[in-house]
Order: sequence, then C-alpha cells, then structure tokens
Amino acid sequence: MLKLSNLHVYYGSIRALNGVSFQVNEGELVALIGSNGAGKSTTLKTISGLLRPRQGAILYEDADITRTAPDRIVALGISHCPEGRRIFGGLTVRENLRLGAVQRRRRTDMAADMEWVLSLFPILKERLSQSGGTLSGGEQQMLAIGRALMSRPKLLLLDEPSLGLAPLIVEHIFQIIRQLKQQGKTILLVEQNIHQALDAADRVYVIETGQITLTGTPEELKHNPQVEQSYLGK
Amino acid sequence: MSTLDDRPASPAVGEAQPANPGGVAALTQSPVAIRLGAILLLAVGLTLLQLPGRAFWQGFVINLGIFMILVLSLNLASGFTGVFSLGHIGFMALGAYGSAILTLPLAKKADYLPNLPAWLAAVHFDFYLGPFPLGFLLATLLAAGLVAGVALLVGLVLMRLSGHFVAVATLGFLVIVRVILFNADNFTRGSRTFSNVTPYTGLWWVWCWAILTLYVVWRLKYSAYGRAMFAQREDSLAAQAIGLAILPPRLLAFVVSAFFTAVAGSLYAHFITSFSPTVFYFDLTFRVITMLIVGGLGSVSGSVLGTVAIMALAEALRRLEDVTLLYGMSQITLAVILIVIIIYRPNGLLGRREIVLARLFRKGGEPSP
Amino acid sequence: MTMVYYAIQQTVNALSIGSLYALMAVGLAMVFSILRLINFAHGDLMMIAAYLAAFALFANVPLGLTVIFIIAGTVIVGLLMERIAYRPIRGAPDVATLLTSLAVAQILQNGMLLTTRFLGQPIQIAFPTPAVLNGVVAFGPITVPRLNVVSLAVGFIALVSLSFFVTRTVPGLSMRAAAEDLTAAQLMGININRIIALAFAIGSGLAAIAGLLFAVQAGQINPYMGFTPVLKAFIAAVIGGFGSIAGAVVGGFVLGALEVLLTALPGIGDILPPGMVSPSTQALIQQWLPSSLTGYRDAFVFVALILMLLFRPNGILGRPDREEMR
Repeated sequence: MLKLSNLHVYYGSIRALNGVSFQVNEGELVALIGSNGAGKSTTLKTISGLLRPRQGAILYEDADITRTAPDRIVALGISHCPEGRRIFGGLTVRENLRLGAVQRRRRTDMAADMEWVLSLFPILKERLSQSGGTLSGGEQQMLAIGRALMSRPKLLLLDEPSLGLAPLIVEHIFQIIRQLKQQGKTILLVEQNIHQALDAADRVYVIETGQITLTGTPEELKHNPQVEQSYLGK
Repeated sequence: MSTLDDRPASPAVGEAQPANPGGVAALTQSPVAIRLGAILLLAVGLTLLQLPGRAFWQGFVINLGIFMILVLSLNLASGFTGVFSLGHIGFMALGAYGSAILTLPLAKKADYLPNLPAWLAAVHFDFYLGPFPLGFLLATLLAAGLVAGVALLVGLVLMRLSGHFVAVATLGFLVIVRVILFNADNFTRGSRTFSNVTPYTGLWWVWCWAILTLYVVWRLKYSAYGRAMFAQREDSLAAQAIGLAILPPRLLAFVVSAFFTAVAGSLYAHFITSFSPTVFYFDLTFRVITMLIVGGLGSVSGSVLGTVAIMALAEALRRLEDVTLLYGMSQITLAVILIVIIIYRPNGLLGRREIVLARLFRKGGEPSP
Repeated sequence: MTMVYYAIQQTVNALSIGSLYALMAVGLAMVFSILRLINFAHGDLMMIAAYLAAFALFANVPLGLTVIFIIAGTVIVGLLMERIAYRPIRGAPDVATLLTSLAVAQILQNGMLLTTRFLGQPIQIAFPTPAVLNGVVAFGPITVPRLNVVSLAVGFIALVSLSFFVTRTVPGLSMRAAAEDLTAAQLMGININRIIALAFAIGSGLAAIAGLLFAVQAGQINPYMGFTPVLKAFIAAVIGGFGSIAGAVVGGFVLGALEVLLTALPGIGDILPPGMVSPSTQALIQQWLPSSLTGYRDAFVFVALILMLLFRPNGILGRPDREEMR
C-alpha cells in the first residue's frame, strides 16, 4: 500500500533521513522503532506532506505522493496523528473530532462515525463539551487518535502514542490500536516504547540516524543481539 | 580577537607569515594606515566638492552623510540587537527641534518664538570661537545628550518587549513625539514651518560626525557589549540561559543610537533650515529602514553601502519622477525593492559580514578587525 | 439635566467609534492569529475602500450598490496583497513580515497618491456623504448624529454575524483551529492557503465598512488616512488580548471609550453647569484638564498601549499560554 524509496530529507543543511526505504502492506501494523533523533517523526512528516524530501519517492497505492500537499494527502486516506498529540486545546472535544472529518464532502455519515469513535473511547463521550486543554494526557491521546480516525483513513500514521503517558494508560491505548488492526486498518506506528511496539506489530523496522538498519518480525528482533543490547537493555 | 562575524577560519597552521616587508608594502599591511588612507581620500573628495559649481553634489553628499549616520545608528539599535525600533526618527525630530531652538539668535527668538519660557528665551547658542561655530557644536551636543536621556527612559520601558510588540510600541513613540511637536506650539510653532535656522551644516560637519558614528558603532560591534547584543539577537532565551542580561546591551544600543540619531537631526535642521513635524514621520522612517535592510542587518560596512546604493537609486528615481510627472513612483519602486530583497535575499547585501579594507590588501597572515 | 444628556451623547459616541475600531481590530486579529503577521497595510485597505466609495458616490451610484462595490473591491485588493506579498514570506522571521507589511503600506499609499494626481484630483478630497448618513436623530430630548447610530448598528450586525460564522460554521472552525496550531490544522486536511485567504477576505470586508464610516465621519479622504487608524486598531487588539477575535472586539470598544473620555474630559471644567461642583473643585479641574489637552489625545492613547504592553501584555481577555511578548 505504502512504499518509501530512498528518501533523503533535510532540515536546512542537516540531513535527517539518509536513504530510507521500506513498505507497508494493506492490513499490516508496521512498527518503526528507534531512539530519539533517529528520524522516526521525520519519516511520518514526510509521508503526510509536512516535509518534502530532497530525493526519493513515496508511493501510495501506486500513486506518487512525494510532493503532494498535506490536505490532499488526507483526502487520499492517510491520516497522521502527530507527535505530542497536538489537539486543539481551545476547542471542545466535539469540535476536535468534527475537525478530523473536515476534509470529507459528504456529512451524512459523520454522526455514525462519531458514534463509532466514541465507542472506542467512551471517556470522550463524557467530555464532549469540554475544551481539549482540560483533558488529561491519556484522554488527549485518545482524542488525537479518534480525531485521526474521523477522516476514515485507509492508512493511519501514529507518532509515539505512548509518549508521556502512564503505563496503564499506554496499555489501554495499545489495546485500542490492536483493536483497530483487527478491524482491518493499516497502521504505521512509530514508537520509542519497544515492548508495546513489538507486541502489536506484524513487522518491524529499526531506524538509526536516518537509516533503516534492521528489519524483521517481532520474534526475530526480540532474539537479535543488537536489538537486545541497544533497545531492550539486556 | 573577536570571533563575532562570519569570517573564514584562520589560515592553516604553518602558513608562512610574511617577513616584515618595508616601504609601501608595510603600509598596505597595517589596518590603521589603510583606514587613515581612506579618510584622507574622503578629505580630498570633500575639498574638491567645495569648488564652485558643485552645489547639487554638495547637497547630495551632505544628505548622504546624514543618512549614513541615521542608518548606522539604526543598525546599532535594531540590527545588532534584533529589537526593531520603528520610532527612531522621533529622536531625530527631537534633536532637530532641540538644537534649532537653542541656536536661534536672541533677536530672532523673541520674534519667532515669543512664548518660550524665560530661561529658554535667554539662551542662544549662536556664538563662535574665532571662525568655528562653537555654539552649534554645543547646541548639538546638548540636544543630543538630552535626547539620549529621553531614550534611556523610553528604553527602560520599551526594551523589555520584543518582536512585533516593540516595533509597534516604538512606532507609538514616533506618533507621540509627532503629537507633542504639533501641540507644543510655544516651543515648536506647532504645524507651522519652523524656519530661520542658521545654515551651519556643511560637508565637513556632516562627515566628521559620520566618521565618528562609524567608529563608535564599529568599536561597539567588536566589544563585549557587541557580542552580548548579537548573542541575544540570535536567541534571547538561550542568551539568558547562559547568564547574559538582556536589558543592558539593548539599552546601551538604544541610547547610543538615539544620541547619534539626534545629532543627525541637528545636522539636518541646520541644513534644510526650515521644516515641520511632518518631515519626521513615516516616509523618512521607511527610507532609512530600506537602506538598512539592503545593506544587511548587523553589518556596518553594509550600512555604508546600503545608504549609498539607495540614495543613488532614490535620486535617479526622483529625476525620473520629474520627467514623467509620476510623483510617488520612487516610493513605490523602493518599497517593491525592499519586498523583493526580503523575499530573495533577506540578509541584504552583506548579512552580518563586513568588508574590511585591510583584508583587501592582505597577502596572508592573521586577519584582524 | 444637561450633564446627563451630555454623558449619554458621549456614550453613544464612544460606542460608535468603538464599533469602528472593533471592525478594524478584528481584521488585524484574524490575520495575526493565523499568520503571526501584523498587517500594517490593513489601514490602507480602509483608505482604498473610502476612495472607491467616493468614486462611486460621485458617479451617483446608490448607497446599497456602493457598499457592495467597495466591499468587493477591497476584498480583491486584500486577496492580491496576501497572494503577492505575504505568501512568499510565510514562515519568515518576525522582522521580515513586519517590514514587508510596512512596504505594502507604502506601495498602497503612494499608489493612491499617484492615482489621484493622475486623475487631476487634489490630495485631500471632500467626501460626498450620502444624505441618509447625514444629520441627526432625535431620541426624545437627546440628539445623536445619525452616523453614530448607523455605525453602531452596522458594527453590531457585522460582529454578531462574524461571531456566528466563527463559532458555528465549519470554515470558522477551521480558522480557529488554524489560529491555534497551523500544522495540526494541515493534518486535518484543511487547505491553509484557502483559510488564510478567507481570513484576509473577511478582514478586508470589515475594513471596507469601517472605511466608509470613517470617511463620513472625517468628511474628507486622503491617501494617508489609514495610517493612524491601523495603529489604533492594533492598540485595540492589544488591549483586548492580541490574537483573539473576541479580544479585538472588546479592545475596540475600550479604545473608543478611552478616546471619547480623553476628548471629552479636557475642557470639561469650562462647561460644567454652575453649582454642580464647588468653585475650588472646578478650578482644579480647569487647571489639570485644560481644553488644550485635547490635541494630545492620540499621544495618551499610545501611552495607554505602552502601559498595557508592560503590565498586562496579554490584554483584558488575555490568553496566558502565549509567550510572544518577551
């Protein structure tokens, strides 16, 4: 479904991605793991159109979206839930969710979609009229994911959903993520929390200083001595 | 040695230093000699300009010098610190009116400004020391000093702000000065033209002040204060984090630049000899800003170049206006040029770099400021 | 009794001026909230509207059509401004956007100067006020200039409509989102070019209305008439809480009240009805609030701005999460 080829992305004169290539197949949950500054968020931002690569290509369902504008990319069915959640704190929960669907022309199914999202995250239902800034970290993350789901994406990009959240809440969130996968969504997950990522994913890529260094199934990676040392702390 | 500007790294270790050459070669290696040479050249030029029949060029070069002082001062206040002051012409106005009121001869004063308070009506800085108009110098210094005092107060208030807000606040200062000048008509004759000013300003006056301003601004750039200014221009949060106080360098830049701007005002007043508050408003502000940006925010030599370039261009455009009767076209063109520069070359001609005359002659060895 | 009437008249005055300032400030705030750009040329949009209105009215176009005409014209200029001057520098540092907007202001002012010269008109033109905006309206014993009533009514309608638009419609929601977090808004699939253009369009439309009303109030128009109003609009926005639309509205009315207060108070000692206050109090008032202070009104307004920036930089409706001041 999604194929990245040889992406080189720069911030000014600093190279962030150095020839990144990988792919995500339909129905898969692919995890992109790595430490801080490795280039995980940069990769997602390039896919969703916030950044433009200097070299390389991104193919989505065989169409070249390398230079497509972010709003078009949402229309094509890719939804990016950004790092740090970035919900609109001054707007209510309902308005945040509504915004997730702003791209869609037909408003008919919107109510149904909102019901579905709220069924995934019941706590949000209680907070519909509250402003986003008053939510706890975990609730904000749920709102962010819910918002991303409102556009009925075919491909969901999740950027560090566990960031800054207590373990119990992280568990809950990953439960939802696994649920979404079971419902057939294709997900590209970026995470620093290796354990959760390995548990949920079908395939894993490891990225270090802008390059993909390892790939495989979670099983393979769990038994890989490099991964064990660098990431699992053994 | 300052590492402040974007100079290339020093030459590789081991590169031979030129053995002490004698004669003319020695002169071209000494920065002091080169600068004195440049000043000498300027002096020769100014002398030539005094020849009869050069009235237009004299006027042009005088204006050039005055603008150069304005641009250098604004560079110090805004370019070095990153704190944009849009109200500096207010200081110019205060310097102009202040010095003009002081230098009015006693007789004219009674006639022209009948309602001055007694102590002010009694002073008259129109005395000479032999052929030298000492009164003018003193009046300029006094007016500029007072303006610097005003700048200190204003700066204490405004220099805490940054970004758009200091820009608009200083613009507010400009408006406040203008309103005061319009209303305090006992001192300023309000909206009526203030004329009868003795034309003390000449080529030598302007350019001595200009060289002095250049020197002061240059030295400040390469001093500890200058480093502090540039540091907090780049990132005031980071600068504070390493213990640099924000306010003192900003305030210093603001006050010193206000002083020289007021001097420029005095020179201007005694050059055009009649003016009103409308002269010291937005159009003049915009002209100075254009020169500053074209030259490069933070570059002293850039200010010099930018002033010359824009003055020449403005003059050419003004003649075009006279010919085509499209008055206002020169302003529009200059504004368009500014926009183009901001889009395509926002650092102006030189950015923060400097053209160091001495280096043009250098054949090797350590560069020095 | 006359003092009461005087007070009422001045209150209506304050409200109507406040209305105009609110209209201008809202346009500024809308653009600033999304782009972090202070559009100094906003005042010149008002000026252009005034000239377009004069042009239409001189040609005997009826008032209704004139209004439509000037709104359309001003919106076009506003959109061109955005496209040509501001879009290329999106994301540039504050200084760049500030100077560009000053340059645009210069271009518009001198452009209008050129045009008026070209058409053989003087710099200052008397504005052909339509009859419906002239004269006074009587509410019992109180007479109020019709213009004030119209300004107030128009301002009220415009601001209420805007409020409805911003809170209840999807484009309005998108604008609020973009104002809060432009990048996140992009990820929602919002076309930010369109949203920004919309902000400029609405701001221009409001400026056009304000321009017409200002022109009627001033009685004449000149190419530089927009400069002080845009500064005052900025002050209004800062007072209310910069970057927020509600703040701009509040600030506009506060500024209007402040201005009227500063105009009405100096010299009040002279017109107090006898016996209202003791003679010594009256003398005190006359000494400290002489009518000659009126000329300094604008200076006081700017002093108010500076005080505001120092002590309550986030304005009356301040949003404490913003860090733009320091």
